[in-house]
Amino acid sequence: MTAVIERPEIRDTGLLRQSMVIVRRNLIHIKRMPEMLMDVTIQPVMFVMLFAFVFGGSIQTGSPAGYREWLLGGIMGQTIAFASFVVAVGLTADIEKGIVDRMRSLPINPAAVLVGRSISSLLHSSIGIIVMSLTGLVIGWRIRGSVFDAVLAYVLLLMWGFAMIWVGILVGSKMRSVEAVNGVMFTTMFPITFLANTFAPTENMPKALRWLAEWNPISALVQAVRELWGNTPPVASDAALPLQHPVLTTFIWTIGITLVIAPLAIRTFRRRTQD
Amino acid sequence: MTSPPAIEADNLVKHFGETVAVDGVSFSVPEGTVLGMLGPNGAGKTTTVRMMTTLTTPTSGTARVAGHDVIREPGAVRRSMGLTGQAATVDELLTGRENLRLIGGLYGLSSKYIARASDDLLERFSLTEAGNRIVKTYSGGMRRRLDLAVSLIATPPVLFLDEPTTGLDPRSRVELWDVLRELVRDGTTLLLTTQYLEEADQLADRIVVIDKGSVIAEGTPLQLKDQSGKAAVVVTVSNVADLPAAEKLLRSQVAEVHIDEASRQLTAAANGLADMTRIASVFADSAIELDDLGLKRPSLDDVFLHLTGHRAEDAEETPDEELVP
Repeated sequence: MTAVIERPEIRDTGLLRQSMVIVRRNLIHIKRMPEMLMDVTIQPVMFVMLFAFVFGGSIQTGSPAGYREWLLGGIMGQTIAFASFVVAVGLTADIEKGIVDRMRSLPINPAAVLVGRSISSLLHSSIGIIVMSLTGLVIGWRIRGSVFDAVLAYVLLLMWGFAMIWVGILVGSKMRSVEAVNGVMFTTMFPITFLANTFAPTENMPKALRWLAEWNPISALVQAVRELWGNTPPVASDAALPLQHPVLTTFIWTIGITLVIAPLAIRTFRRRTQD
Repeated sequence: MTSPPAIEADNLVKHFGETVAVDGVSFSVPEGTVLGMLGPNGAGKTTTVRMMTTLTTPTSGTARVAGHDVIREPGAVRRSMGLTGQAATVDELLTGRENLRLIGGLYGLSSKYIARASDDLLERFSLTEAGNRIVKTYSGGMRRRLDLAVSLIATPPVLFLDEPTTGLDPRSRVELWDVLRELVRDGTTLLLTTQYLEEADQLADRIVVIDKGSVIAEGTPLQLKDQSGKAAVVVTVSNVADLPAAEKLLRSQVAEVHIDEASRQLTAAANGLADMTRIASVFADSAIELDDLGLKRPSLDDVFLHLTGHRAEDAEETPDEELVP
């Protein structure tokens, strides 16, 4: 009675291949909507220009080559911190539209949904890092340290981006809509990335604010890449402890954030999608 | 046909905190048949489907799909079924073909196979011309058809459809029904949830009626209609003037008669075919001229009303007394 139908062979291609299928889909999204890249292209370039030319003249830094060179590490830190934003928006949109459910109903490693999203977000942020580096070169930023130090600075940025992915997954799984993600991320990420040494030196801030800014994890990251690229001398001796050892502190922060947030993020994602 | 059921639910229960969404649902679907799960919004249909398709873990109870336990062998279940969710979960920024390739790729199918199967599916769902267009430009009906096509890329033997035609215009709905009938003819086992009684009537071999998380009735569409037992004989007289005489004649046979002058119709509650033949012979012996005489079985809508005390479609929007002026 039942006709014989050809059933294809379903192969378990493993987490990596499955994640790459999802990455490819996310890349097609960028191809179809290039404006999705504005946050890592036009926006940071605009920030560089605004700060370098509007405020730049009035901000004194210890950088041998002036404010513009000093600024670049700050913008890099801000751009990579916003990686969390990118992940959260993408994830919430996929959950909302039922895409995540559809993928979870397939015979794939459930982690592929998150890994695929994370890899595309890191690619996304890497574009920002490249654009920033090129913009920097145009306005006078140079790498003045050793090759090893320069590479280490880029590695720190990517590690930071990796830690931010978990924050993004946590926020993306918690929020019910893309609008909510936008609201939460704008009201938290902007103050956090500004209340730091990103755009202005901390020395001239009021005492309490300075203390906050210097303990802000982003300040350690920014100070680390500036030092490694030879864009700034080490901080004054009265600066907070994290800034005295920025590279080590950044390692500790990225590992710490990942260790604490990742399990939380995975649990929240599971709760959100399994019920 | 002695093969084990393709889908089996065994006392499925799901709690969300204090709320009991599904409260002990059991049913089984023989291979190659269609089960319609009928119920109003919020009855627990989607939650049941989510448990059967491994998306949600049951609080208690279990289910088997193609012989695999949804809790112990979720991987095997996912390999043997396709799911089309309530919203058309296709990717708007991808073309129809890219959507098929995405899901085919996740199944680990070869590129060659995906290309060939995509051609077939697009053709079958009348999407060949739209295949290379971005889904954003598709109509609602096209999205639904693509959604279904995507669920079929790996030719699963079991298919779950959660309200497949909600929000579609009547024509698209009928078109989708045709495609589903074709699938069943080819041997696919189907479980579909619906709020539309007509849809269950049209497609399902068996129906389970769900209300407030429990199965309140089960059977073939015909059995369910008989169960509510309110068949009626409808007599249409040729001349309005004959109505009183016809009423008198009917009352001699049955207790309850309803008259509608505008349509020249008399409706009498009847117990089935036997009542109808008796009434027919009485009228044949009389001088009253008739346009029509027939047995009207209750619709599934009547059944639902009979079973639950409220209508299926407006179960959500009718807060009982408030609507009474």
